Parts: sequence; C-alpha cells; structure tokens
Amino acid sequence: MRNMNMTFALRDTLRQEMKRDERVFLVGEDLRQGTFRVTVDLHKEFGEERVIDTPISEKAVMGAAIGAATVGLIPVPEIMFADFFTCCFDEIMNQMAKMRYMFGGQCSLPITLRMPCGISRQAAAQHSQSIEAFLTHIPGLKVVYSGTAKYTPGLLVSAIRDPDPVIFLEHKKLYRDSADIGDEDQIEPVPFGKACVRREGKDITLVATGAYVNDCVKIADAMAEQGLDIEVIDPLTLFPLDTDTIYKSVEKTGKLLVVTEENLRGAWSGELVSIVAQDRFSALKKAPIRVGALDTPIAFSPPLEEYIVPREKDIVQAIMALK
Amino acid sequence: MEMNKDTMLDLYRQMWRMRSFEELAATEFKAGKLQGFVHVGVGEEASTVGVICQARLTDYTTATHRGHGVVLLKGAEAKLMYAELGGRATGLCKGRGGSMHMADLEKGILGTNGILGAGAPIAMGVALGIKYKKLDDVVFCYFGDGQSNEGGIHEAMNMAGALKLPIIFVCTNNQYGMWTPLTKASANVDLAKRAEGYGIPGAAVDGNDVLAVWESAGVAIDRARKGEGPSFLELKTYRYYPHSVGLPDPWRPKEEIEEWRTTRDPIDRFGKVLMAQDVKQETLEAIEKETVDEMQEAFNWAMQQPFPDVTQAYQDVYTNLAVEGRTV
Ligand SMILES: Cc1ncc(C[n+]2csc(CCOP(=O)(O)OP(=O)(O)O)c2C)c(N)n1
Ligand SMILES: [Mg+2]
Repeated sequence: MRNMNMTFALRDTLRQEMKRDERVFLVGEDLRQGTFRVTVDLHKEFGEERVIDTPISEKAVMGAAIGAATVGLIPVPEIMFADFFTCCFDEIMNQMAKMRYMFGGQCSLPITLRMPCGISRQAAAQHSQSIEAFLTHIPGLKVVYSGTAKYTPGLLVSAIRDPDPVIFLEHKKLYRDSADIGDEDQIEPVPFGKACVRREGKDITLVATGAYVNDCVKIADAMAEQGLDIEVIDPLTLFPLDTDTIYKSVEKTGKLLVVTEENLRGAWSGELVSIVAQDRFSALKKAPIRVGALDTPIAFSPPLEEYIVPREKDIVQAIMALK
Repeated sequence: MEMNKDTMLDLYRQMWRMRSFEELAATEFKAGKLQGFVHVGVGEEASTVGVICQARLTDYTTATHRGHGVVLLKGAEAKLMYAELGGRATGLCKGRGGSMHMADLEKGILGTNGILGAGAPIAMGVALGIKYKKLDDVVFCYFGDGQSNEGGIHEAMNMAGALKLPIIFVCTNNQYGMWTPLTKASANVDLAKRAEGYGIPGAAVDGNDVLAVWESAGVAIDRARKGEGPSFLELKTYRYYPHSVGLPDPWRPKEEIEEWRTTRDPIDRFGKVLMAQDVKQETLEAIEKETVDEMQEAFNWAMQQPFPDVTQAYQDVYTNLAVEGRTV
C-alpha cells in the first residue's frame, strides 16, 4: 500500500494502465504540464505519441479519441475543465454515446473522458460547473464521480478497461485528498455500480456526490453527538447506479437526503429521488429532500460563490427537517 | 506614417496605463487581495493600444481571458475593473464575473471570456447587427494564437467573409497557449496566411511596434467602415508573466523571456522613438509615474468597496423571472 494524494494516485493509475496495454494513450490540451498535474511528465516515460498535447481544439480532441477507438485503440482524452465539454458536446452526445447502438452493435468505444469539475477558488461561471446531469441523461454513457479517494484510482482502472465510453469526473477540490492505494502496478479495478457506504447509520440515508461526500461524513459524525445516526452513501458511479445499496438503506431509515453541488433544476439528484419515490414509496416516512446549488450560474465574488453552493448549515437544516 | 506628437504621447500613456493596471493586478493577486484566475498581458501593450485606441465609443470589441487591457483602453474605468477583480458589489459586473467575465456594454465592451474561441462568433454577430442597422461602426474580435485553433474562430471568420461584415479579427500571437508552443499546435505558424482561406485580407505585423500596429489596424478599420468586409491582423508579441499569475512556466526558455523583455519591449521601443523626436526622458518618466499613481488610487478605491449582499447571488438570472434564494 502507498499513501498518495489523488493527483499522483490518478497519474500512477494512468501509468499503470499505459504500461499494461500499449493501446492506451492520452490526448488533450497541455498534458505534458498537466493543468492539475495529473498527467505531468508522463510523456517522458511513454513518449509524445502516447501523451499527445493537442492544439486548443476540443472537438478535435474528442474526434481523435472516437476515431482512434473505432480502430482498436483505448483513448483517455482529457477536457481541461468539465465546463468545456460543451465545445465537443456533439462528439460526446451524438457520436461517442450512440455509435455502437446506431451501427447495430458493430463496434464498442473504450474511451475514458477525464474532466475536472466543480467549484474551487473562485473560478467563476465558466470554470466551476457540475455537469453530471447532462451526461447521465445520455444513453450509451457511463458516468463515474467518486468522492471517496480510496476508490477513485480503482474506478479509473475500470473505466479504462471498460469496453464502453466512460465519463470520469474529478472534483478539483479532491485532488489533494489522499488515501492508501495499491502498490505500483497493483491498483485493482473497482467495479462500476457498487456504491460505498461511507458511514453506517439507521436514522437518515444521505447520498452525496463529489466533494460533498467528505463534508457529509463530517457533518454526520458531528450529528451523531446529538443522537442522530446518519448513513452516508457515495454512489461512486452515477450510472450504472447501485440502487440496491441505496434502496436497502432507505428501507432501513425511511428517510432520504441527497446532497450534490449541481444546481437543483434538472439535477441528477432529482433522478435519484424520483426512482426511490417510485420503487420504494412505501418505505419512505417523509418526503425526500435534495440540497444543491441555487438555480443560478456560479458567481465569482467569494461571498456569492459560497452562498450559491450548499453550505454546511443548509445540509444541517435539511437533516433537522427530516429528523 | 504621419502622427502628431500629442497622439503619440497619448499612445505612450495608454501603453503605460495598461501595464500599470496589469502589474498592480499581478502584485495584488500574489498578495492574496484578488481571487480567481488573473491572466495579465504585460508585454503585449502595443497589440492592444495600437488597435483599440483607434476605436470609437460606438465600436465594439470582444476580449479574451487575457483581456484587461482591451477592456480598460476601450474605456472601462480602472477602479470598477479592480472592484470586479476583487469581487466587490460596485465592480464592473457587480462582482459576479471577475477577470474572465468583464464587460461594459455601454462602452462597446462585449466582455472577456473564459471559453476560448467563444468570443469570435459573438463578435461576428455584433458585426451582423451593425450591418443590419446600416451603421458604420466596427467590431474588434480579439483572440490568441492558441485559441485560433478553436472551430468557432474559423466559422466566424468564414461567415464574416461571406457576409462582408464590419469586423477586424485581431490575433495576439504571443506564440504560446498555456504552455504548449504554437509550433506544436499548428503546422502553419504564419497565422495571417489563414485569411486567404476565407477570402479576406490578412496581415502579419510586429505586434510590439505600436505604430506598425496602428497603421495596419487603420487600414482594416477603414475597410470595415466602408462596408468592404472583414480583415485579419496577426500581431506577433510576447507575454512576460506565466499563463496565469502564480502558475509554473517551465516550457518557455528563460533566455527567450529575457530577450523579449530587454530588447523588444513595446514600451521601451516606443519610448526610444519618442526620444528621437525630442521628447524628454523626464516627460516619459512622468507619464509612467502618473499611470502608476492612477492605478494605485483606483485599486485603493476598489478595496474600500463592500462585497455584494448574498441576495445578489440570485438576481439577473432572468429579465422577467425571479429565482429563489436560500431559506436560511
Ligand atoms: C474552450 C477552452 N479550452 C481550453 C481553455 C483553457 N485555456 C485557457 S487560456 C488557454 C491558452 C490560450 O492560449 P492563447 O489563445 O494563445 O492565449 P494566451 O493565453 O496566450 O493569451 C487555455 C488552453 C479554455 N479556457 N477554454
Ligand atoms: Mg498565446
């Protein structure tokens, strides 16, 4: 076991997979430097044919990944900030996600699209967004969004080895989160569709994603002193979703709180609440609550940014309402 | 080129205004008084001043993520810009935008932009609006060498050519993106040559020679005002700071940065031109100092300004619909 922060753990995971399979290559903007350092210096080890610094052309980056995948390669493209996925949304939604289906199953596209997302350091409206709802909505994509460092590298292993397109979201605040990961070249895949129960509890089921997972565990620990026993679940993969774990928890607690950084309208959290309401209605003792960002863009000014995304007191207030 | 001395001195002053604004922004960002990302254009003053100081108030411009200079010299107030960089309620955009989303529409400033290449199609649309209304205003569309490879730039240039729109595409070619050099990003580093592909005139200009920039921009502006369509200017220049203040900068040779700074600095060069025309060194130094004081005063004002009330977080999402705030 090695203790590493996520920047280096993810880098090590990429290295492991590139060593294991020559078909794996990285493609994106400024990878040799690595905007968040995840890909830094990998070109020294694997050469610039496998760590491709592209022109600033997101459509071309994703097109390159899709094209190369159709001829048998395993591309790991990076979009520097998740917000820029819009610049290649056609490639993601109309090409990559549907190609296998439209072509009658003739091909599969083993692409892992890595994207740093979420707020950090007042990056403002075009560099702070949570885009998971756009992506989970698209048939043909799998979406990983881990808030649990221990599993993040293993999920990247699974993503790269998966035959289908996988969106791999990395919350920028979590790069400094550290965990024990496997020894060199021994990082084991973590299966998709298996949630992580970060904290067991019997009173309330709290599903959180991304950077809110750690925050919610802390809040739950603090609430335990007041005699409230909250179960915190990190789904790890938003699709496929581990409904078993979530349903079992809701059957136990009868109460559901979902905390995500996305603005609430049309959010992934709404999808979760709707399936729980439909499938486990009789288990619910109270109406589920979602805590998310306001339905506004993310403002630059520090007090506004802080107010727009869920604050600790918003989460606590929701817990008290469910109690 | 004929230009009277007052105009020349004013250009010199504007170059210093931009530099002093940027230097102070960089210093205060490092000191933790400004947040977000701050991309400064120190070293690129001639490519801004030579173009934008010919704009009329009714002309329009877009700016890039490195656009403080364009915003300032198109007429935005320095104190409001600093207040914006500090996230203050009285900032140019009420503190909602910050460095990458800084606009002053009344002055024709369509905004800096956080999405590379996104300004160009919008600028083209503004030019379409001008032509539609039969006005003789023009639009300046700024972009860097790196983002010149975004599809939107090409679509905008092509459509502007096809529709003969009054727009000047201004590429500040500082030869690098964040870290990746232009030589790795394109097999054709003579970006001006791309103009031919769109059937519009293109010129490659020494972007650190303010008079050369002024002259070529003048030709393009004339053309656009007369309804003869767009032009493309490639202004070769250099930035002294890392991509964003505080970031590492290992991909540009130290000697290269030093060489540009010491031998090709646009302000030094223009200062020498002025001195050759009998402008006294003291005059130039006084101008420099005045701009430093101007910016310091503007910054001090900005730092006295209040942060926005949290209710500002959910205003202006729509024109005619309210958005709810939080209950606690
Ligand atoms: C669509 C998009 N892709 C990538 C980025 C990240 N990014 C910001 S600035 C930059 C480099 C831009 O280079 P250039 O256009 O030459 O402008 P310069 O920074 O040199 O002034 C990059 C890659 C972005 N903001 N938007
Ligand atoms: Mg550049």
